[in-house]
Amino acid sequence: MKLVPTGWQTVGPFFSIGLERLCNENIAAAHLEGERIAIAGRVLDGDGAPVPDALLEIWQADAQGIYPGHNASNSAGHENRFRGFTRVATNERGEFRFASIKPGSVREGGGQTHAPHLVVSVFMRGLLTRLVTRIYFPDDPRNAADVVLGLVPAERRNALIARVATGARGSYTWDVVLQGPEETVFFAC
Amino acid sequence: MAERVSYSLPHPSTQPPLLCPAYVSSQKRAPTMPLIHAPHTISEMSGPSFSAADAEARACDLTRQSNGAPLGERIIVSGQVLDEDARPVRSTLIEIWQANAAGRYLHAKDQHDAPLDPHFIGCGHTLTDEEGRYRFITVRPGAYPWRNHHNAWRPAHIHFSLFGPAFASRLVTQMYFPGDVLQAHDPIFNSIADPGARARLIAEFDWPSTIPETALGFRFDIVLRGGRATPMEK
Repeated sequence: MKLVPTGWQTVGPFFSIGLERLCNENIAAAHLEGERIAIAGRVLDGDGAPVPDALLEIWQADAQGIYPGHNASNSAGHENRFRGFTRVATNERGEFRFASIKPGSVREGGGQTHAPHLVVSVFMRGLLTRLVTRIYFPDDPRNAADVVLGLVPAERRNALIARVATGARGSYTWDVVLQGPEETVFFAC
Repeated sequence: MAERVSYSLPHPSTQPPLLCPAYVSSQKRAPTMPLIHAPHTISEMSGPSFSAADAEARACDLTRQSNGAPLGERIIVSGQVLDEDARPVRSTLIEIWQANAAGRYLHAKDQHDAPLDPHFIGCGHTLTDEEGRYRFITVRPGAYPWRNHHNAWRPAHIHFSLFGPAFASRLVTQMYFPGDVLQAHDPIFNSIADPGARARLIAEFDWPSTIPETALGFRFDIVLRGGRATPMEK
């Protein structure tokens, strides 16, 4: 018997009541090893106006490219639990930010590797389902061979790659643009 | 038993589209370029896990978050979370949020002229058990007006958020109530084209979970993406 997955519905404007509990701007505890990163950006609608009621969920591997709980043989020695997940909401100016460690290159069971990236779900009033996108890192030589990035038309790939921000080392900017020529690349997931 | 290395996409008629002009907010927020189809990688087939340490036992009872009882009709909302092969989804986090019995959310941006209830916050969470079952105690939320179109009213609903085993199994939806005449006029509910898929968003009145002289029971079963691999897939 095959069951049909339940249909999505929008998170609506009041999701913070239920979802704020797991919001946290810092994915990685201070003692975790890895290159510290901070990613900040804005969510913009079809008029270029900031979206003040968006929610982002981030899922990423640790600095060794291991997803928490999913590479059992490799993660046995991980005493410092890395959750790899967080939520952040936009503020009145449509801005979000979070701090983490740069994920390592992820290896599939079959040996294929992927360039360091974070997967992102975007939720908001007006979106009946989530949007799924990715954040890659600039000037990473592994991007060239990344299978998923390779499926994106070359002229749109930059929308998936964070930009180095001025200021502290490891600071990046990355925006979610919902419509228009700079539209973010979203994946059927 | 092999787990799938990829989930197939649900039939489009069973899920809402991104752009739904009748739902006005989607017009400036739905992407206009086609989605990119990419194979699922380990990034989509893994996902965050939650344990009892992440869930407060009391959080499944929305009627006891204060020193007094909330107003409204007390209800039990329970059900089972299954994957596409009808296997239970165990220990998965369910988060819910809702308006109070008067149709008002405890949120700064809710300007509906209906009373807040000092004894109702409107959020809860729980983990499914070994059979994928969950149970919340709450009050029946009220309908409320919104500005989508003239005289627009949302049917009574409870928001549900679930994770399942993988990034790809994530689900956020809304549970509706049987016999609510507002459903026929609601662009969010009707954004799903398939009538059967819409009907599955409506809980069933449930005698077995109804507690005599205490609370009516509603059953809302949920299906998350995922299941066994079969030779047919690829």
